[in-house]
Amino acid sequence: MSNRLNVLKTCKLYIGGKFSRSESEHYFQAFDKKQKLLANLCRASRKDLRNAIQAARKVQADWGGRTAYNRGQILYRMAEMMEGRRDQFIAELECAAVSRRRAENETDAAIDRLVHYAGWTDKYSALFSSVNPVASPHFNFSIPEPTGVVGIAAPDDYPLVGLISLIAPVIAGGNTCVVLSSEKYGSVACTLAEVIHSSDVPGGVVNVLTGFRADLVPPLATHMDVNAVLSAADDPEQKKNIQENAHINVKRVHLYDGTDWMKDESQSPYYIMDFQEIKTTWHPVGT
Amino acid sequence: MSEKEVITRQSLRFDELWTYDPAPESPDYVKIEEQYNLFIDGKFQEPASGRYFETINPANEKLLSRVARADKSDLDMAVAAARKAYDGIWSRMPAKERGKYIYRIARLLQERAREFAILESMDTGKPIRESRDIDIPIVIAHFFYYAGWADKLKYAFPGVDPRPLGVAGQIIPWNFPLLMAAWKIAPALATGNTVVIKPASSTPLTLLRLGELIRDAGLPAGVVNIVTGPGEIGSAIANHPGIDKIAFTGSTEIGRTIQEASLRTGKKYTLELGGKAANIVFDDAPVEEAVEGIVNGIFFNQGHVCCAGSRLLVQEGVADELVHKLKMRMETLILGDPLDKNTDIGAINSKGQLDSILGYLTEGVDNGQQIYQTKCELPEKGYWCRPTLVENVSQSHRIVQEEVFGPVLTIQTFRTPAEAVSLANNSPYGLSGGVWTDKGSKIFKVGKGIRAGVIWANTFNKFDPTSPFGGYKESGMGREGGIHGLLPYLELS
Repeated sequence: MSNRLNVLKTCKLYIGGKFSRSESEHYFQAFDKKQKLLANLCRASRKDLRNAIQAARKVQADWGGRTAYNRGQILYRMAEMMEGRRDQFIAELECAAVSRRRAENETDAAIDRLVHYAGWTDKYSALFSSVNPVASPHFNFSIPEPTGVVGIAAPDDYPLVGLISLIAPVIAGGNTCVVLSSEKYGSVACTLAEVIHSSDVPGGVVNVLTGFRADLVPPLATHMDVNAVLSAADDPEQKKNIQENAHINVKRVHLYDGTDWMKDESQSPYYIMDFQEIKTTWHPVGT
Repeated sequence: MSEKEVITRQSLRFDELWTYDPAPESPDYVKIEEQYNLFIDGKFQEPASGRYFETINPANEKLLSRVARADKSDLDMAVAAARKAYDGIWSRMPAKERGKYIYRIARLLQERAREFAILESMDTGKPIRESRDIDIPIVIAHFFYYAGWADKLKYAFPGVDPRPLGVAGQIIPWNFPLLMAAWKIAPALATGNTVVIKPASSTPLTLLRLGELIRDAGLPAGVVNIVTGPGEIGSAIANHPGIDKIAFTGSTEIGRTIQEASLRTGKKYTLELGGKAANIVFDDAPVEEAVEGIVNGIFFNQGHVCCAGSRLLVQEGVADELVHKLKMRMETLILGDPLDKNTDIGAINSKGQLDSILGYLTEGVDNGQQIYQTKCELPEKGYWCRPTLVENVSQSHRIVQEEVFGPVLTIQTFRTPAEAVSLANNSPYGLSGGVWTDKGSKIFKVGKGIRAGVIWANTFNKFDPTSPFGGYKESGMGREGGIHGLLPYLELS
């Protein structure tokens, strides 16, 4: 067997449930921690980004309209699929970024985080809803609903658990998303996309783009059909760009700085609530 | 004989059969000073500039008073006073004491409710019936509601420890001056923040009077500071380094600049912006109730309501009957002196606003829209607009897309619930929506489909301090009212 030539994987973008190369056919190279070429990754273009946003919008009402139970099962299914590929994730993390020990810890934490948020899908609403005792003959209640399409800029540190910690609460709450993966560790995001693809997550709910954030953050920040942007990427200039452009269509902006995504404290229903809107419904009480 | 004529025969003829004698509230009851100063650090102080601007009664164009024009140095003083009060007193005070101060404001307001209602109607042009029965009672209820939260915050949000933010900068609009002030001040104080608040330049009087009341209530100096002035002072608040949080209610246009400034300065912010609500009537709706709801939805406060039901979407089968009945009902609306207890439609808030509304109507005529206005007479002085329906509009018309903020209702028809939802959501706004049907399952389906923060089903324009209010999309972010209304003023950790 030692003479056997191994088969390399072509890394692609993941848009609308399909793996495709960048329409621009541009690429960039990712290296392992010994600076050896790891893979040619697609360098997503602005058009790829727009296509991804369109795919996310198209499926948002369907995903947000699924039962909480169904979304929970699908997130749990993602954890199952990751568990099955645990060794692959550990190997990829070890090759690209970190020690064996840390790769194991991070993979385990990422799987557990998915399980955590899978369990929240049918619970956060009960915690953050209210029946309001109005002083008139009306029945009145308030419930959280998804914000819509969320753009996510992933951090470079914690390439796996960081990515999962951003995606999971966003989709657990019925949003769809377009993820700009870590530039250094884009290959991990590509593998995660395969997990998502095989986990009953409808195409378009999570779209994963590899490439340069400098290319993609400005058009994401100015896109009129994106409802919210979340950045945990350690890049003050890009965060500033997001902040400066949010007002164009009153985007919700959440910037997470220096979060240690390995910790259990870095998960909570409040991360889900960052991408929820409260809807209040009134109806008269009478005959 | 066509069906329409039958309906016409049975229509209401209030104009001939019923007349109303004038029943005005006397403005003499309310003493208005010739000049008002800034309320800073517990005292009314002259502005550094020594300059004042006029506020008039839009119903007769008469001068009501002159109000201090704050500049940057006045604002600095107000922020410093709020910071001192926050650090020294308000954030350290036992929460239950804080609550008692807010209860005291509610009670003092109850005692002086009629005076506040009259003053509000004089400064805004809104009918006394509304300021007396809606604005002021809800103001009081808001203070009473949030007073009770002060010592219960740890029960509000599971698993976290809520803390106040510091100094809140608050900018409020001219359509519900005192109500919007209460929506902002009450939760800010209950959560332990101190306040620098700016009223709209055309409607400052009730908030200044609330300043007097707050002083009389014995609140520590600097807990609430009121700066009056033009839009620039609002922008200075949004950019002020000493302010930790901005709460803004107003147009989406200004809201965007507030958001931009707040993100740049790292402030927390909440925005309650414009709206273009669809009021959807299905052919199984109770038509008479729907007519009342439509009237209340668009003609309440002359349509100067961010959540006004300004787009009527009516299912084809019931459209003719509904529009006919709506026109009949509109003819019974009494337009005139805001202080008259019989008045339904008061004055437009300002000349500028009236011009803007009339601009939409002129453009509508040019676009071939069919405009129907009631036949009521308009007073000679003041700013007035008759209740108006606009038919034959298309979704792309400005009058359908933009917030007119006047007593102007556009009418479109639809066939299926899906089409109604799609029309309703065809807007950058998402503040409110109305659904009229006798079928419960349809209410839930359509209500869920509308991307907006408040859904009124078989009712419209209802407000309550326990009930969260606020927008989706470009109608803003954050909620005011209810348990969710605490969040904008708290850091959770």
